[in-house]
Amino acid sequence: MAKVVAVTGNEAVANALRQIDPDVCAAYPITPQTDMMQRFSSFVSDGKVGTEMILVESEHSAMSACIGASAAGGRVVTATCGPGLALMWEMLFVASGLRLPIVMPVVNRSLSAPLNIHGDHSDAMGARDSGWIQLWSENAQEAHDNTIQAFRIAEDMEIRLPVMVCLDGFIISHSIERIEYLEDNEVKNFVGEYKTLNPLLDLEHPVSYGPLILPDYYMEYRRAHAEIMSKVPDVVLDVAKEFEKLSGRKYGLFETYRLDDAEIGIVILNSAAGTSKDVIDEFRDRGIKVGLLKPRLFRPFPYEEIGDSLRHLKALCVLDRADAFGGSYGPLFIDIASSLYSFKKKPVLINKIYGLGGRDYLPEHAELALNELVEIAKTGKVKVIKEYIGVRE
Amino acid sequence: MKLKGWKEITPGATVTEPGSSKNFKTGSWRTLKPKFINENCIQCLYCWLFCPDMAVTVENGKMTGFNFEFCKGCGICALECPGKKGNKAIVMEEEGK
Ligand code: SF4
Ligand code: SF4
Repeated sequence: MAKVVAVTGNEAVANALRQIDPDVCAAYPITPQTDMMQRFSSFVSDGKVGTEMILVESEHSAMSACIGASAAGGRVVTATCGPGLALMWEMLFVASGLRLPIVMPVVNRSLSAPLNIHGDHSDAMGARDSGWIQLWSENAQEAHDNTIQAFRIAEDMEIRLPVMVCLDGFIISHSIERIEYLEDNEVKNFVGEYKTLNPLLDLEHPVSYGPLILPDYYMEYRRAHAEIMSKVPDVVLDVAKEFEKLSGRKYGLFETYRLDDAEIGIVILNSAAGTSKDVIDEFRDRGIKVGLLKPRLFRPFPYEEIGDSLRHLKALCVLDRADAFGGSYGPLFIDIASSLYSFKKKPVLINKIYGLGGRDYLPEHAELALNELVEIAKTGKVKVIKEYIGVRE
Repeated sequence: MKLKGWKEITPGATVTEPGSSKNFKTGSWRTLKPKFINENCIQCLYCWLFCPDMAVTVENGKMTGFNFEFCKGCGICALECPGKKGNKAIVMEEEGK
């Protein structure tokens, strides 16, 4: 039986972690994640979970402790955001390279300088190629549901990879929303007993983690990692199907909204997708065929499926809450463009950078992008491929 | 040794065969080589204790020499060796001499 509550994104994720009751959590507080881990550590102090909470002096240490605990054979969780994720950078690759199924909510925050603590995707985008799986969440409900599913995906015996669950800092982490909780035993049964793979603490079968791998073998390990990544989408879909049976909520590799018969479209991640959908409804009311695609599984990126869902459009705007300085376009745009690259007939693409450092994404921003797409669809002419919106000149 | 392909390797490069480092001979890095002088040895086994590899061979509780398949020639054993009356029981020599 679902219980309807009014909670923040941080509270919803912390509650999911309470229900899962992992063996070990090593975390360092950083705004806007602090409140999530503070709530979880209260569960530890109050005896609501049996988790061993390790207090550490930095995020580098937090991830290091998680790596040790996971290699030892425990179910392990941590959470971070922004500069904290940046400080973990080295250890992210160790966690994924050792194939450790650590789950980590990432409360998306900008990177300094200038110092800023607000919602921005630069943190997780910087870590997108670290060999981790990334699930992105529009709202508190999705962040909560993705957290529960993340354990199943990470711990799948075919996969054994760490998973980041991304949710927007403050906009989702600190706003109160209506969400549905599952019963404790439902979540426990869904996630199931933790199964170990070559745990260090199995003294009958001694193993070593982290040996030096020279040029004669390093590339084989990278190739194997790529192969495992290619198996992730099927597992994500299987887990989603089972989760739907339990919760009634449907998840895929990505969400499409009024996209099938659309002529123009928007691709956007996380909370701003909600605002965009409202604007799409307004355009639809005026008879303009608009749709939206919101990636959920961002790593591995489901290139074929996404390309296939977008190729019929005339014009498409990819909105990025992060820039790739001196690269070319925003990180989401680059992947969307790659997903369409192989098709002869494909939409004209534009890229808007929005919402950096917590700058509000307003309905008028979606309108601006859509009006431009209407023009492009009509004339085929693009003014400028990439531009910042919602910025003062 | 035939090198394995990417489908045959263990997840995360985990080593699941205990003691398998014995299979990987690493002595070829050496430029200096320890030489054992038995008459100066007091059998304190400091060399065995301090060797960062397992390259000091001990039989029946007695230091007998070195396993040059693994000795890297770091010289730690020679440095730590107290020897007898100021005469070292281990000295380092250039490899190939
Ligand atoms: S030289 Fe170094 S590696 Fe060789 S036996 Fe002495 S301590 Fe061990
Ligand atoms: S340290 Fe020197 S004296 Fe002691 S056992 Fe080794 S060789 Fe002999």
